[in-house]
Amino acid sequence: MTTPTAPDAMYRNDEGLGIWEHRGKVAAVGVGHAPTSRRWDGRPETCVGAITIDALRKAIDDAGVAPDQIDGLVVVPVTTTGAFWEQGKPLPMDVIQSFNQTDDPLDGIAKLSAEWLLANMPELTNVNFTMYGPGCMSNALNVTAQAVGDGLTHTCLVVKSWHNFEGRYYQGGANAGNALPGTPAVTQLWGGPASYSTALQFAEYCRKYGKTHEMMAPFMENSRRNGLRFPEGYWAQHRPEELIPEDYLASRWIAKPANLFDNDIPIMMSGAYLFSTAERAQDMKQNPVYILNHASSNTRPRSLVPTLDEVEADTARTGRKIYEGAGITADDLSFENMYDGFSLFHQFHLEGLGYRGIKFGEALDFYQTDISIEGPNPVSPSGGNVGSGRSRVWMHTDCIQQLQGRAGARQVTGVKPEVGVSGGPMPLGGNYTVWSASPD
Amino acid sequence: MAKQGVEPDELTQPFWDAANEKRLVIQNCVDCDRLQHPPSNTCRDCDDGGQLAWKQVSGRGTIYNYGVVHDCPVRLLQEDQPFNLAVIMLDDDPGIQMYSHLPGVPVDDVPVGAAVEVIFEPSANGQLVPEWRVIDG
Repeated sequence: MTTPTAPDAMYRNDEGLGIWEHRGKVAAVGVGHAPTSRRWDGRPETCVGAITIDALRKAIDDAGVAPDQIDGLVVVPVTTTGAFWEQGKPLPMDVIQSFNQTDDPLDGIAKLSAEWLLANMPELTNVNFTMYGPGCMSNALNVTAQAVGDGLTHTCLVVKSWHNFEGRYYQGGANAGNALPGTPAVTQLWGGPASYSTALQFAEYCRKYGKTHEMMAPFMENSRRNGLRFPEGYWAQHRPEELIPEDYLASRWIAKPANLFDNDIPIMMSGAYLFSTAERAQDMKQNPVYILNHASSNTRPRSLVPTLDEVEADTARTGRKIYEGAGITADDLSFENMYDGFSLFHQFHLEGLGYRGIKFGEALDFYQTDISIEGPNPVSPSGGNVGSGRSRVWMHTDCIQQLQGRAGARQVTGVKPEVGVSGGPMPLGGNYTVWSASPD
Repeated sequence: MAKQGVEPDELTQPFWDAANEKRLVIQNCVDCDRLQHPPSNTCRDCDDGGQLAWKQVSGRGTIYNYGVVHDCPVRLLQEDQPFNLAVIMLDDDPGIQMYSHLPGVPVDDVPVGAAVEVIFEPSANGQLVPEWRVIDG
């Protein structure tokens, strides 16, 4: 079996598509997370392949499904956090020999194929549909929802994992060299860190609307608070530290106005879900969470960095696509879990959604109000990447768990959890899911 | 600031050759007469793939936005941290952006909106690279 990458036709990129044809007919049921760590320690049982298997088995168990009932697997093949296996570095043969390996010796160590997973999960005897949703979990979720809705699979696992090796973020490879090829040199000679583009958009936002970086502090504090109530997350597991405004604002700059905490911490992690048809989900162990819509943005900036005008136009367009396909309005959202890694663009997503009626330029003022899980306007109840480390997964897990009523200490209490939205990553270029406790 | 050297490739050879002649050229689609940067093998706006050429531009622009880099992933630039990293909008087409370290401008004291002009600075292997300086007055 050769696994294809999801075709463009599986994404809902355009406005005017109407209600999603599978609205309420696809459900998420099981959730599985492997333990997190800051970096790989070199052991076979903690490599990215091993933690992925762990997460998948937990999702299967959580859903209460026999493995032989599973017929689909959607995988995000890229697992790097910005760390790559150095060229010429000896291969970890003890790790490789611990698994049934594919032709690629770094499969399961620095990348992940569906074939590697199936070769190492012999209990998945009936998987006949595999597909790659490249990028992040948000992408893979859209592919999974569409695949189940289209009847390509009826009980499907979807997984996203991250590996993180020793060394500093993105500081190896070409960045350590004395010369660059001409094409990347056009954009990379000037040395902007990953958060630079977002920092620029935030700077323009502050100038346009008269806001300040200090106004981010309540959001950051709230996100870490929520993250510390996410037992699957990195900060909860390894560094149970609140993020008070004084510490946030005193942290060092990375690309001013983005500071250290505005940049999510790279970690090893794996998160998996079990999706099925709504009909089959009725017999599973957890309450189904129904998918009302998935939507995508594939917009690119005109030139090097997205301008604020481009960001606002596209987040508004994304909001309209999300609502149109789900047949809902902003008033129907119980909570939002839009992406936050980097933290300085979460407000763009909120404003594009018009969450709680906020308009462009108002989100940072909104952050100064009660945005806690106990209040009427919960913002990022998952805590996102700020609260649990880089995964682009927490937001989805939280939507499922909130709507199943099993988010534990993170459960929203100021609103009745009925409909949530999650997705990202970037304001330009992302994938989004609308989740509901009810299929209607 | 000592930037990494450049090894021109097929796509960008005209851009770098022009830089060595202290000229700024930007890719332009002959069919839709639209500039694009960064360079690409195809026109981003022509569905059927417009014909691309290189067009010399005025070398004048405006500082659109900036950040201050304190933690740079490029090793050669790390000794110069913190440094300005600005985005320039070209006068020829404000939708076209170029990066600049804004030589001579104090760190985090960048005059957003100020007029700038292109200059060319040698990189680590001698290849000239477009940079931008604020036009006095």
